[in-house]
Amino acid sequence: MAIALLSDVHSNLEALEACLRHARESGAARYAFLGDLVGYGADPQAVVGTVRRYAAEGALAVKGNHDEAMEKRAGYMNEATKDSVAWTREVLDGAHKGYLAALPLLVREQDICFVHASAAFPARWDYVDGPGAAKRSAEAAQAAYVFCGHVHEQLLYFESSQGKWSAFHPTPGRAIPVSRRRRWLAVVGSVGQPRDGKAAAAYAIFDATREQLTFHRVAYDHLAAARKIRQAGLPEFHAFRVERGV
Amino acid sequence: MQRLEPGSEIDGFRLGECLHSGAQGLIFRVAAPELGFAAMMKVPRVGPGEPAENLISFETEAMILPALAGPQVPRFVAAGDLARTPYLVTEWIEGESLDAKLKRGPLAAPEAARIGAAIADALHGLHQQDAIHLDLKPDNVVLKAGGEVALIDFGLAHHARYPDLLAEEKRFAAGSAPYVSPEQVLGTRSDPRSDIFALGVMLYEMATGELPFGVPATLAGLRDRLWVDPVPPRALAAELPPWLQEVILRCLEPHAEERYQSAAHVAFDLRHPEQIALTARARKTGRAGLPAQLARWWRARGARRAPRLLPKAQVATTPVIMVAVDTTHANDPRQPFLQRATAQVLSLSREYRLLCVSVIAAGPVIEGAGAAGDAAGAHLEHLVRLRHWAEPLRLPPERQSLHVIESPSPERALLDFARRNHADLILLGAPAPGQQALAWWRSVASGVTAHARCSVYVVRAGHE
Repeated sequence: MAIALLSDVHSNLEALEACLRHARESGAARYAFLGDLVGYGADPQAVVGTVRRYAAEGALAVKGNHDEAMEKRAGYMNEATKDSVAWTREVLDGAHKGYLAALPLLVREQDICFVHASAAFPARWDYVDGPGAAKRSAEAAQAAYVFCGHVHEQLLYFESSQGKWSAFHPTPGRAIPVSRRRRWLAVVGSVGQPRDGKAAAAYAIFDATREQLTFHRVAYDHLAAARKIRQAGLPEFHAFRVERGV
Repeated sequence: MQRLEPGSEIDGFRLGECLHSGAQGLIFRVAAPELGFAAMMKVPRVGPGEPAENLISFETEAMILPALAGPQVPRFVAAGDLARTPYLVTEWIEGESLDAKLKRGPLAAPEAARIGAAIADALHGLHQQDAIHLDLKPDNVVLKAGGEVALIDFGLAHHARYPDLLAEEKRFAAGSAPYVSPEQVLGTRSDPRSDIFALGVMLYEMATGELPFGVPATLAGLRDRLWVDPVPPRALAAELPPWLQEVILRCLEPHAEERYQSAAHVAFDLRHPEQIALTARARKTGRAGLPAQLARWWRARGARRAPRLLPKAQVATTPVIMVAVDTTHANDPRQPFLQRATAQVLSLSREYRLLCVSVIAAGPVIEGAGAAGDAAGAHLEHLVRLRHWAEPLRLPPERQSLHVIESPSPERALLDFARRNHADLILLGAPAPGQQALAWWRSVASGVTAHARCSVYVVRAGHE
């Protein structure tokens, strides 16, 4: 069974719809949202609405730090981000806020662990930004596979026989065999705000039966998403990021 | 795990004769007539007391083989679950291993060159698919009946599109001691030119019966090849032609950037010895003197692991470009345009090879050559014209070669030549004005464009 792994949507409806369509056409039978549904972008209401519809049909979702910021102050965020959080709080309706507040930090299903940041201390929002951090997260997760987001760049970490971890830069669209025999941690990239210099939305599909992981990049109307951020009066920097993928 | 012996069955595969039983595992023939080719099953030795590496290289092979295609690799059939019953079923390639052949003694230069070129073909096919073998040795080269070779055992291989499971397995970084490249000794597993070094060792062995760096047993011994200058092959076998020494020593350069940059270029040189530009390498009669050895040692001292190189990207920057020049019609107006287009294409890469080809009708038909021109004279005359055509490009001799081919069918001759020499691009003129009465689809340009395996650049003459 193939499960689509979508993280860091960040209120970008155009990117989310493009990825969902791509995942459906690629044979995804299930969906997992790995946190940060909101923040930065101009469509929080529509994005949370879409995810809730998917959740009603069996999709799984975990909480990200931007989702948490809807309910509690996040002192660590910079000014532009705080502006974006304040704006999102205003436009998001109560039911959607309640949904975000009720999301779990981590979900474990058989030998898979879904989490937004590091599974070591999910509520601390540590970045998995190197083999050492990947190892800590994977060891805490106690699972063959950890799927996460938070870092807006696609990377696959894996364990060697001597317990040492390595990073691999995946090629989009190419299935990678990921045997259950070893441990893997995939940072699936960001749907709504990629930061590797490419505007295309990022997500991944995991096929549990064939033990294969495929990272994807999906071109979408990112200029429209950026335009909406400007029209909503949100910080220019966030429009620029979506436009350039930085 | 169940006991394996001829007659037992695993996942529907019935085991036949046991072909090999070694430290790493067992190989059985597999009866599977529905496949349409002979098959074998490889089973690693696993369990208590067996090294973990067995399984990792097995896992690597099971990951990489299904991604490879072509006559140079065994076809992948199936892989067993690593946790339950690890096995790998692949095509069984019929033929003698190069190892078995070399046990009977060294080979004459033409045969060494022929086999070397076939190995280089196989390597090029592999590198084009973004894979590197990294454990080339005579054991892993199968000589097929048709003269082609296949490479087997991908347990240490690297594929740029897959995570490198062996990257951190330090004890493994190196392949087989006599053949491993200097950069592999330093831990680099991502340079396709490592395979070219191993090919150089095999060529040396085929030509002389000796190994250029012996069989070192320690890491320090392995590191010697970062600076030690092998005895020139001609010092061991005086009858070897200088061009073969040139090719071998260029493959064996300790610094990858001084070797051949593409296996296709090695194959080409081994097939066209007369076109090889000989350097000081061909003239060497002994190892470098002490000062030079010390300089090499000093340079090697600081050598570190090199950054990652994508095999495919490396292939893309070392193109073989073929240009078809009509030397029969001397004042062809297309020629300056073809020259200009060639110069433009060559300006895009430094590591190119340019093959200038002229196809002439068989027999002495050459305008203005007079009745005296016999076949050899005609051939030479066209070669002179071809050189004249290429001269304005001012290319270094080692980057270009000139070929006059006699054939009744220019189209077929050009296509065959391009395929045999791994051309990445063919440049040729559109039908000349005089031929425009001819339908496009009957022209050489259209035939070549339609049937070439590579890209074709059809150059049309504009107005001067």
